[in-house]
Amino acid sequence: MYDRGKIITGIIIFLILLFIPFLYNFITGKATYVPEPVIGTSEKECVESRMFMRTDHMKLLDEWKETAVRHGVRNYKAKNGKTYTIDITGTCMECHTDKEKFCDRCHNYAGVEPKCWNCHVYKKVADK
Amino acid sequence: MKRRDFLKLAILTLSGISIKPFAHLFTKPVFADISIQRTNKGLPRWAMVVNLSICGKKGGCTDCIDACNRIHNIPRITNPKHEVKWIWNIPFDRVFREQNFDNMNEGLREKSVLVLCNHCENPPCVSVCPTKATWKREDGIVMMDYHRCIGCRYCIAACPYGARSFNWKDPRPYIKEIDKGFPIRTRGVVEKCNFCEERIAKNLLPACVEACKEGGLIFGDVNKEDSEVRKILSTRLSIRRKPHLGTEPKVYYIL
Repeated sequence: MYDRGKIITGIIIFLILLFIPFLYNFITGKATYVPEPVIGTSEKECVESRMFMRTDHMKLLDEWKETAVRHGVRNYKAKNGKTYTIDITGTCMECHTDKEKFCDRCHNYAGVEPKCWNCHVYKKVADK
Repeated sequence: MKRRDFLKLAILTLSGISIKPFAHLFTKPVFADISIQRTNKGLPRWAMVVNLSICGKKGGCTDCIDACNRIHNIPRITNPKHEVKWIWNIPFDRVFREQNFDNMNEGLREKSVLVLCNHCENPPCVSVCPTKATWKREDGIVMMDYHRCIGCRYCIAACPYGARSFNWKDPRPYIKEIDKGFPIRTRGVVEKCNFCEERIAKNLLPACVEACKEGGLIFGDVNKEDSEVRKILSTRLSIRRKPHLGTEPKVYYIL
């Protein structure tokens, strides 16, 4: 192999550059960062089980949107037997009052931008 | 072509045509039967009556319009090109063009008439919507799903009453006080009167009807024989906007 030295140094430099972001996060401790949303309520369960809400709240909200707008049904019967009013502002945001600390913290971390708040209102907007 | 081949083809064609009368046995009708919807008596059919002999007596009264604007977070944009309207006033001669004649009562000609979405029985806006963002509910309300609207504005072009508005810009800065009970709209969607569908669901009257202290607006279920609207419609002469178009509006006017 010709120019062995140059090629290998090149590859090493390339690999170092590639892994700089990972190394940076590892050294500064950002790799273990977990967002801490402020729940805003002491309730143990909300609408559905905690795990379900954590992983599938978007599916539930999507279903709520569909049932309320398209079918005009405004009550949701949860698995625990309780009935909830389908209303993102009135039901969800009544307890989880701080959208910035509750919704945004995780969404920013996960890099998702839900468009809910383009139209739906939460307390801070209404009180402004 | 030989004479023999021609005859063969001719016989084949004729036999093909002879099957046509029986073709329907193998296919389903394409169009839904409209009469089914009309005779659906179990469901309500919401309608509104605007009593023009009461409405407008108090000069410049806009109680109903203000109530609607307030609870639906409607932006007040003064530029008529960007205006958003759900319920508003226009002079009689522009609302009922076909009723105009040379020596008509001048007072009536210039009278302000309340207009809103007619919630047509045959809504042209619904048939043109490419995403089904607007559709007719089973109770006759022509609904909007703002989540689905892509802002193509076909419905605005199709509506013969100009009842729809487009959000050309972000409406937020133009709303003085935001009501938490109803979402705001965003730039790029069409909106219109929803017959206060969210209030009907709570057994409340539409905001405009409730706000009218004079009783100039009457709202109810025309399928119910003892409802007030039904009584008025069956006893008094009422007119509708552009009835010749066959849209069958459910907002009636009595003079």
